[in-house]
Amino acid sequence: MPDERIILEAADLRRAWRRVAHEIAEAHTEGSSLMLVGIQRGGVALVQQLSETLADLYGHPIATGSVEPGLHRDDLSQRGMSELRPTELPGELAGQTVVLADDVLSTGRTVRASIDALLGFGRPKCIRLAVLIDRGHRELPIRPDFVGKNLPTHPDERVEVRCDNRDAPEAFILQTL
Amino acid sequence: MSWHRKHLLDIESLTAEELTTVLDTAREFKAVGERDIKKVPALQGKTVVNFFVEPSTRTRVSFELSAKRLSADIINFAADASSFQKGESLKDTARNLEALNADIIVIRHKAAGAPHFLARFLNAHVVNAGDGAHEHPTQALLDVFTIREKKGTITGLNVTILGDILYSRVARSNIWALRKLGANVTLCGPSTLVPRVFEEMGCRVTYNLDEALADADVINLLRIQHERQRKTMFPSIGEYARLFGLNRNRLTLTKPEAMIMHPGPMNRGVEIESEIADGDRAVILEQVTNGIAVRMAVLYLVNGVD
Repeated sequence: MPDERIILEAADLRRAWRRVAHEIAEAHTEGSSLMLVGIQRGGVALVQQLSETLADLYGHPIATGSVEPGLHRDDLSQRGMSELRPTELPGELAGQTVVLADDVLSTGRTVRASIDALLGFGRPKCIRLAVLIDRGHRELPIRPDFVGKNLPTHPDERVEVRCDNRDAPEAFILQTL
Repeated sequence: MSWHRKHLLDIESLTAEELTTVLDTAREFKAVGERDIKKVPALQGKTVVNFFVEPSTRTRVSFELSAKRLSADIINFAADASSFQKGESLKDTARNLEALNADIIVIRHKAAGAPHFLARFLNAHVVNAGDGAHEHPTQALLDVFTIREKKGTITGLNVTILGDILYSRVARSNIWALRKLGANVTLCGPSTLVPRVFEEMGCRVTYNLDEALADADVINLLRIQHERQRKTMFPSIGEYARLFGLNRNRLTLTKPEAMIMHPGPMNRGVEIESEIADGDRAVILEQVTNGIAVRMAVLYLVNGVD
């Protein structure tokens, strides 16, 4: 039986993520060319939450979408094929500032695959990365621009995300195997 | 997601969950084909061999494009230009293909069971692109994909398959797929080509075309497989067209939302009247487009299982 410990609960997560929304608005005063794209599937519900907060801050709705990294992964031959979910972008990428969002950042490989998947659709002005949890152990030179919580973990530990019925994370659980 | 098969040999052995996995995966690949950049790197560095020991253009081209859109390398190996003429056995030819480090072998063969045979001794993944009158799994998958896309579901639909059932691998694979996904299947055609024994697969068999058309949500027309028939199973093409061809008058007997399918190549004026083939009830060209998405899904899924 793995040892389980709840490390972050719903209220902490909401506060941290709302702060991330404020940081995005501060860094990108021009909301009209902003596009929020959630990485399938953990990032999709988070993008909805971000867009609600940002719509209040900017006073207008923000374009949202999703991206599926599965076909661009570098470990397809080792891990087998994963379930594919839709890539849905609200419009042309050219000239847009895309904020990629995900729940947990670790090796950076999913982010790399997501960036490649996005570039198959066009050439955005720039891509930024927002994550709810950064647990370290990077294997690629990838650095998030906006972080909800830094959470140093041991490589043997697993971070399990428990979601509510809208697929939004409500708790992060640290499992020690 | 439910997929643990190294090969795709037939539909008969698949579960409804596995069929659904292919269809769901194909839906995402269809979106890839609609983009400006229609290529993803999922099978980068993999080699696919189109091993066609029976003539085919559309299935071969469809697999070729599917492999290319997944960034695999693909070579075509057609029997008419090959060592079969020189007396090499199927097993030896397949081993030679594998010695080229082929990762996936797509095989079309006139003998039923040829793909199963290859799968027993090859390390490569084997995909059945049609074996004799046995099965044509990817055709059935693209047909049910098209039906599900248009009708929203398969369960409870009435699907009529009309024409040469006896010699049709398309019919067999379609019957398996449709029955597993919960459709009601009616078979209709000349009694020589639609034996009652198909009732054992859970189908309704009727020789009354009006009855077969009346409650159909989907009508799938099959070509007469002249090349597979040992002797003519009906008096003449003209009589077949008159008795079983889908024409404007018969179309009025169908439900207004009934959809017309054909796996191609079609014989205009025989099983289908030209005006219907080009009409808005027909989804024949969409089937062709969906074939690429479904074959991409199959190549992607089998490649992930060792």
